[in-house]
Amino acid sequence: MLKDITIGQYIARDSIIHALDARIKIMITTILIIALFTIDTFTGFGFFAAFVLVVVLLSKISVKKVLKGLKPILILVLFTLFIHIFLTNGGEVLWSWRFISIESEGVYTGFFMVSRIFILILFTSLLTLTTSPLQLTDGIEYILSPLKRFGVPASELSMMMTIALRFIPTLLEEADKIMKAQQARGADFESGNLIQRAKSLIPLLVPLFISAFRRADDLALAMESRCYRGGEGRTRLHELEFRYYDFIALIIIIILAAAVSFY
Amino acid sequence: MSLIEISGVDFLYENDDSDRPALQNIDLQIEAGDFAVIIGSNGSGKSTLAKLLNVLLTPSKGEIFVAGLNTNNPDNTWKIRQRVGMVFQNPDNQLVASMVEDDVAFGPENLGIPTSEIRNRVDKALEMVGMSGFQKFAPHKLSGGQKQRVAIAGVIAMEPDCIVLDEPTAMLDPQGRKEVMETVQYLNKEKGITVVHITHFMEEAVDADQVIVMNQGQILHKGSPKSIFRLVEQLKDVNLDIPVAVEVAEYLRQENINIPDILSIDELVDALC
Amino acid sequence: MLIELNEVSHVYQDENNVKALKNINLEISKGEFIGIVGHTGSGKSTLVQLFNGLIIPSSGTVKVNGKNITNEKSNLKETRRHVGLVFQYPEHQLFEETVFQDIAFGPKNLGLKKNEIRERVEEVMGLVGLDYEEFKDRSPFNLSGGQQRKVAIAGVLALKPDVLVLDEPSAGLDPQGRKQLAELLKYLYQELEMTIILISHRMEEIAELASRVIVMHQGEIVIDDHPIEVFSREQKLHKLSLDLPQITEILHRLEEKGLKVNTNLFSISEASAEIIKALRSK
Repeated sequence: MLKDITIGQYIARDSIIHALDARIKIMITTILIIALFTIDTFTGFGFFAAFVLVVVLLSKISVKKVLKGLKPILILVLFTLFIHIFLTNGGEVLWSWRFISIESEGVYTGFFMVSRIFILILFTSLLTLTTSPLQLTDGIEYILSPLKRFGVPASELSMMMTIALRFIPTLLEEADKIMKAQQARGADFESGNLIQRAKSLIPLLVPLFISAFRRADDLALAMESRCYRGGEGRTRLHELEFRYYDFIALIIIIILAAAVSFY
Repeated sequence: MSLIEISGVDFLYENDDSDRPALQNIDLQIEAGDFAVIIGSNGSGKSTLAKLLNVLLTPSKGEIFVAGLNTNNPDNTWKIRQRVGMVFQNPDNQLVASMVEDDVAFGPENLGIPTSEIRNRVDKALEMVGMSGFQKFAPHKLSGGQKQRVAIAGVIAMEPDCIVLDEPTAMLDPQGRKEVMETVQYLNKEKGITVVHITHFMEEAVDADQVIVMNQGQILHKGSPKSIFRLVEQLKDVNLDIPVAVEVAEYLRQENINIPDILSIDELVDALC
Repeated sequence: MLIELNEVSHVYQDENNVKALKNINLEISKGEFIGIVGHTGSGKSTLVQLFNGLIIPSSGTVKVNGKNITNEKSNLKETRRHVGLVFQYPEHQLFEETVFQDIAFGPKNLGLKKNEIRERVEEVMGLVGLDYEEFKDRSPFNLSGGQQRKVAIAGVLALKPDVLVLDEPSAGLDPQGRKQLAELLKYLYQELEMTIILISHRMEEIAELASRVIVMHQGEIVIDDHPIEVFSREQKLHKLSLDLPQITEILHRLEEKGLKVNTNLFSISEASAEIIKALRSK
């Protein structure tokens, strides 16, 4: 059951998008997200949606898989939609019943917000789908490293992220096992009101946390044994390298983003 | 001079409220190229001893020299850890990266090995443990035996003189145990890497150059596998698993049937027929 | 018929769509002690999780005490009262502040009253060999590995199941721990008349305790027979990459070399006596 979570998963493919440098992709995603928030028309969203489609096709990942990443946030999105439809007022009244009314402003804002959320999620999904966890953490480390002189432990943060990503599948498997063991003793994770269900999570979370701490202890010993003493002086198996197409991609995006923002 | 020299070592854990130190009076030499096996049940101090070998712990009393370097001297710590690699019991809790090759590269990366050479070392190490071709695999998709072999590769990639394995097979199924033991034998016999193997499975000591039996923090016996396996009653007393063939031989000897020292089923069958 | 599986198949719904079980037909009666052996990945763990509804099979039916538990409306909590399952390394499920509370978790979920719960906890702690007064208020996390395992097993015994399923219960235990476990299982089987299903890689354990052995391979049951029959099929087991109990291996090899021994003995002392007899009569 818990294995259905696909957000943040990396799918390896031999595509130009995958080959782009991780740092460039992170910068591009950031630029696009900023541009996203300057849009004030639906045509802008349409344009970005088309852009996303082009990138997905270039990445050789099936459109279906990419859209699967939207499933988990569907509830949040629908909630946002309904909030705006029923609560935001303005423009002409389309329907009303007693004190509840749906007005055109509300509908417009609702769909506007939803479009923005969808495209935001699609941008970040594309980033994580086409960039391996290690490339991402290396990229983030590089971008953060100027902050080292201000005391930000960029390399160590990057190592922490690498380890966290490595253990997500392992911890999910363990959570599944613990859930089943408790269910075998009559535990019920599914019924009851919100408070009851929260309480029922204790037999799952306590063992999971304890196990996570034990893993951390073991891992620290293993890392020290392999001569890890922080980020300084570490070399890399996979060096991030800028290539000409990285700069071309960056320039294209800057132009696109500027164009979209000013129209 | 031996590769590892342990003299007069005691060890007491800081917040230990038990009535005896974790280790007492440990004297031990391990020669380069040896396959040394330390056997003992839970609480015998074997894991504590392992951690003293790569300076995860330092002795409360006495000294340990690794390739001539004193472990009590903090300046030697990282040099020693490059020369004595360690593999632990839990296969999962040693792997730090999401892909096998990135994990095997972790050690060399920490040593500052140039990028071009790391690739070489990673591929060579994986080949030595029989995991070539698994470079791009994610750890959670591997079996226990495969994970342990990746962990061993991660240590080999640092080109150590010696590998210490702390109960590496305890959490594995029979298939995984076989894979790990074959790998360890190969590394010792074919590649000349010194091995200190810690276990509670006596079968794993059959091919050792030296067997050390520990109990309650002290070394009970030291010697060749044949001399140790002969001590059936004493080994049972300290809660160790006696291989079935050895027990049968002991029963037969008690009925005045002459059997030489045997270590395995093969040797028992040959001796009887 | 206590547990009945009919044409059961199961496919895991992940990216690999592995067929974990293929057309399993199985009947388990009251009073059996069944050992399940097989390679890792042969489907043993998946199989036993069908017995208490933790896994609902992709196809086929599972009946417990005559009731079909594979349909929507079944009350799985009730089934889990009757079929207890101890997972591998069960001490990983401990979570309460005291040993008493952790063992009481199961009975509490069953809705038992306070004094009934107390009786049960005291009873099962006695069964596993943990002194009630000494251990009831201690934190489970301050115990040794062996003691933690006892607490975990007691937690399942507290449900008073008719059927007890154990997945590799002796993994990681030392010889003394294994002996205590074997004695516990014998007691539960003989004195308390529990039906026991034991998954193990240790053939010696299976040979010593089981009255029936099921051998699994790649999702199918390939052998289902009395231990003596199963362990006499040396070739077949080796082909499945499974070992014989060491003592059986020794007896077979001696017999091959011409020594006249009965190869169906599983205890070391009996087998040794047999070997001595054969040697003397040569």
